[in-house]
Amino acid sequence: MAINPKIIVIGGGLAGLAATIKIAEAGGHVDLFSIVPVKRSHSVCAQGGINAAKNLKGEGDTTWQHFDDTIYGGDFLANQPPVKAMCDSAPAIIDLLDRMGVTFNRTTEGLLDFRRFGGTLFNRTAFAGATTGQQLLYALDEQVRRYESEGRVTKFEHWEFLSAVLDTNRVCRGICAMELRSMEVRTFPAEAIIMATGGIGAIFGKSTNSVVCTGSAQSALYQQGCFYANGEFIQVHPTCIPGEDKLRLMSESARGEGGRVWVPRTKGDKRDWKSIPESERWYFLEEWYPKYGNLVPRDVATRAIHKVVFENDLGIDGQPMVYLDLTHIDRETLNRKLEGILEIYEKFVGDDPRDVPMKIFPGMHYTMGGLWVDFNQSTNIKGIFAAGECEYGYHGANRLGANSLVSCIYGGFVAGPQAVLYAKNNIKSSAGATSTVFDAERKRQEEANAGLLSSNGTENPFRLWRELGELMTRNCTVIRYNKNLQQTDAKLVEFLERFNHINLSDKSQWANTSFVFTRQLYNMLQLSRVIAQGAALRDESRGAHYKPDFPDRDDKNFLKTTKAYFAPDADEPRFEFEPVDISLLPPRPRRYDMAK
Amino acid sequence: MAKTVILKIKRQESPKAAARWEEFELTWKPGMNVISAMMEIAANPVTRDGKTTTPIAYDSNCLEEVCGSCAMLINGRARMACSALVDKLDQPIRVEPFSKFPIVRDLAVDRSVIFENLKAVKAWVPVDGTYDLGSGLRIYPTEQEEAYPISRCISCCCCMEACPQFNEDTGFVGAATIAQVRLFNQHPTGKALKHERLQALMGDGGIQECGFAQNCVQVCPKDIPLTKAIADTGREVIKQAIKDFFRG
Repeated sequence: MAINPKIIVIGGGLAGLAATIKIAEAGGHVDLFSIVPVKRSHSVCAQGGINAAKNLKGEGDTTWQHFDDTIYGGDFLANQPPVKAMCDSAPAIIDLLDRMGVTFNRTTEGLLDFRRFGGTLFNRTAFAGATTGQQLLYALDEQVRRYESEGRVTKFEHWEFLSAVLDTNRVCRGICAMELRSMEVRTFPAEAIIMATGGIGAIFGKSTNSVVCTGSAQSALYQQGCFYANGEFIQVHPTCIPGEDKLRLMSESARGEGGRVWVPRTKGDKRDWKSIPESERWYFLEEWYPKYGNLVPRDVATRAIHKVVFENDLGIDGQPMVYLDLTHIDRETLNRKLEGILEIYEKFVGDDPRDVPMKIFPGMHYTMGGLWVDFNQSTNIKGIFAAGECEYGYHGANRLGANSLVSCIYGGFVAGPQAVLYAKNNIKSSAGATSTVFDAERKRQEEANAGLLSSNGTENPFRLWRELGELMTRNCTVIRYNKNLQQTDAKLVEFLERFNHINLSDKSQWANTSFVFTRQLYNMLQLSRVIAQGAALRDESRGAHYKPDFPDRDDKNFLKTTKAYFAPDADEPRFEFEPVDISLLPPRPRRYDMAK
Repeated sequence: MAKTVILKIKRQESPKAAARWEEFELTWKPGMNVISAMMEIAANPVTRDGKTTTPIAYDSNCLEEVCGSCAMLINGRARMACSALVDKLDQPIRVEPFSKFPIVRDLAVDRSVIFENLKAVKAWVPVDGTYDLGSGLRIYPTEQEEAYPISRCISCCCCMEACPQFNEDTGFVGAATIAQVRLFNQHPTGKALKHERLQALMGDGGIQECGFAQNCVQVCPKDIPLTKAIADTGREVIKQAIKDFFRG
């Protein structure tokens, strides 16, 4: 029995760091792998806050209410027991973060302040200005640095996960990774590994995600035999700032603090926003959803904006954009509560949102789907755990705002101890695995690298990626039609074929970023097929998945988790469906035009 | 002819290779920034004089100026490339790597020193553990408002690159780390390590190396009150040094 097990954690965002802290605290040793220095992980981008039913506003909020909102917001697709456990743990997680020094906003009494977010009627979201994710990530990063200085954590930053090392019984014995400067490929043994590799935004070209969020690691594991669940559920955030390099998020907290979404009532209204009187502005969310107003869940707001822009043809100046207006709120309040996000708009667009309404449009933001895990965060391959956005467990068909941070930390807090437990119960340690499986995996990856470097075709990987992003954004986001989804999959097969004719303009063996990206691109293409085919199979509308040809939720046929697995011989995904655990809350229709 | 953008980018294939300049001419697009320009180059790696080249190596991640990755010199100024809007820059836009950090390749440099510094000053709150110990201590809005701006430091190292005192001779720790000392020494639990943090800032490379050039506060992309943090911490270091002397 391993007394002090060695666990590998891949990814240094909130989930990875949370798992790392728990393992180190339990006396284990962590090798922490990350493409970027962990402090630069994508979790820093989360803006608005973190949910916990602390009930500090005298509203009678409870963790059961939080659970109900989360399940309802996710359109009953999430397995309920883990969601309940997360909501029950959330208040203690906030307390812990508070003790770690997170600069949460405060009330006059010095208590934590809470704001309202989408999909709830309670002020349940704790926040640190408009940079909550950054503050939370730093708090965990600091604790991990403390463990690092005590020798309990070893960081491998600028290393990229390539694959798991599986023994002949298909048990995970470690990982194969590549150093991104020397390009050295190496294997690392461990008694268990935890994937915490975040989102898949790059599959959609431009998204709100960071550059490293390619889904490459998840895809590699899917190709090695891990189930990938609910891949078709992609959250499109209603309020993003369109950009050349990415779509920048305009946090839901802008609406939480009173921001109003509107368009001119008249088509082709060329007037400056200021000259449009109140009566000629259409606050369509407030009109359609009087109870929740601008704070309907993201999928609902996104479809509403789509409808107003594409069906009513009322986008500002005929462009795909609507106003998100904060100008009625005084500057002092805006500065105190939203400075960080307003600064982003100012910096990247050039207008001051305190004076001028922002122009926004929906953009790909989050994947509810991810690696399939059981209630202990374990994938179907023994020894591989997963936590955070890379797994599918907590958000069902749609994630509520400010639930991602809590699910990352909670998932990490479960995965860490579970991995330790697994390692302790596993008599055969990784030292017992023969070196042959490690050598074989390293060779397999080295050969893949050599093949890519010597490929002599005509395809530029960055241009192929652009085409992928446009295809996926067009057909696999807000509105889905089976015909388009089938065409998308055919196109993806064509892209995979074109990938065989890649030509790298840089074939050097030092810090070759385009080579690294091209490796990821292959995995993105494979995972894209899971999304497109999964969407095609689900003939209903649920949460973020919307098919005009099947506009209703169909619990009889589709209250099920989609599980994709890779068929190596056919080089394509296969699917099976698993019933959802609805043991705590019977499904009911999800409507936001009235109180629940 | 379509409006174009001209960039001059300093290239270096490896730490030991010689540096050279390459010039690129790209079609202008609204809202373009230095990162999106380099993405264009990756999709079509051809120099202005028609030579095929390689995509530029650079660090980047969030592209929202919050991860701290894409720091570089743009028209001579230390700043984040993602927020460097092309329309607001004089052309040709000169893009270079930081000069005071080891080069990895092209615009990517090794800034791990900042993380080592944070370790040296114990920039963390020494919590007992992650188990449920109830709420944290009360912190009043005035205290939060003082701490929050410093907690937004993204470890980009712009303040260090711009500082005349940050070099191999002084071994100066730099403004960012000193500001973090200030942050944690103010925290009701973080205070427990105040003494050790201040001691870490004494001696060679410590806070006394600061020459008050104030470049740090001018280049900081997050407008952190760095000079104030240095002044406040400097006073604390002196107080601590006197105490240590008499305790001696």
